[in-house]
Amino acid sequence: MRYLTALMFLLALAGVARAEVAEVYDFETRAEEQRYRDLIAELRCPKCQNQNIADSNAPISKDMRDQVYRLMREGASDDEIVGDLVDRFGEFVQYKPPVDKRTIVLWAFPAIAVIGGVLIVAGVAMRSRKRDQEEPALSQEEKARVRQMLADKDQQS
Amino acid sequence: MKRVLLFLPLVFALAVGVFLAAGIGKDPTKLESARIGKPVPDFSLQSLNDPEQLLDASLLRGEVSLLNVWAEWCPACWDEHGYLMQLANEKGVRIIGLNYKDQRETAFRFLGRLGNPYQQIIFDPQGSLGFDLGVYGAPETFVIDAEGVVQYRHVGVVNEQVWEEILLPVINKARGKS
Repeated sequence: MRYLTALMFLLALAGVARAEVAEVYDFETRAEEQRYRDLIAELRCPKCQNQNIADSNAPISKDMRDQVYRLMREGASDDEIVGDLVDRFGEFVQYKPPVDKRTIVLWAFPAIAVIGGVLIVAGVAMRSRKRDQEEPALSQEEKARVRQMLADKDQQS
Repeated sequence: MKRVLLFLPLVFALAVGVFLAAGIGKDPTKLESARIGKPVPDFSLQSLNDPEQLLDASLLRGEVSLLNVWAEWCPACWDEHGYLMQLANEKGVRIIGLNYKDQRETAFRFLGRLGNPYQQIIFDPQGSLGFDLGVYGAPETFVIDAEGVVQYRHVGVVNEQVWEEILLPVINKARGKS
């Protein structure tokens, strides 16, 4: 019974916490609310630079969240909403930069690095294998000499 | 041929070093404005001095001007105000004020203490024009050319160094065009 009371209490608290996070915005569907959350999570606060506008308490982030909500209400698409804020504050506010001529190197760099690394490793491996086949570490004569020397040593001792 | 290849890592490290060194000393909190080259967005806001008088974007046309975003609550605005007074009084620069997310009484108190360098002050208590201009922290100072197009945005305090090295060249270029 005591557990039940505690559980009820915690559940009530959970409701309070949720209400605070959702600010004062009303959404008609769960999907819309999720869309709003996703949008504010991927927009960056220009003032407090390493936070997204969902986490930031800066007044400018509040203004930006208001704008996201307002545009959603007006039926704007995600791209339009992000574009609207980029027009005002610059590309900085996007955590994910768009793929275009200027950012293609940035986007392609991980792939380039991996492919480059694989090529270098493969090159080194192939070269050393080829060298082994072409010129073994010791020629036949050298091997014979080595055997000879070892045999001499055995005799001496 | 092999010898040359040995220097490759050194060359690579130097290139990366030069690239990274270029970023040192840059202030990452100062962002280039996305509004450069675009006209000042339309607005219709009260004048701070006269609630009856509505101001709009035509205020910023006809002459090169500075648009200074300020508020009483902004500490750096107190710091730069003395220099703005100097610019207005001694150099005759046309400065338009944008009173950002402030209240009339506090704004008047600020001007009463430090003086008024502005030819006209736009009263923007909601910060709506500020939002459209991409203002993310006062003080910010925009250079607007005679056609009402944003030429430059400076974030932070305007002082003699900023004026001489950054704002004046932009203003001269904007003046030369018209």
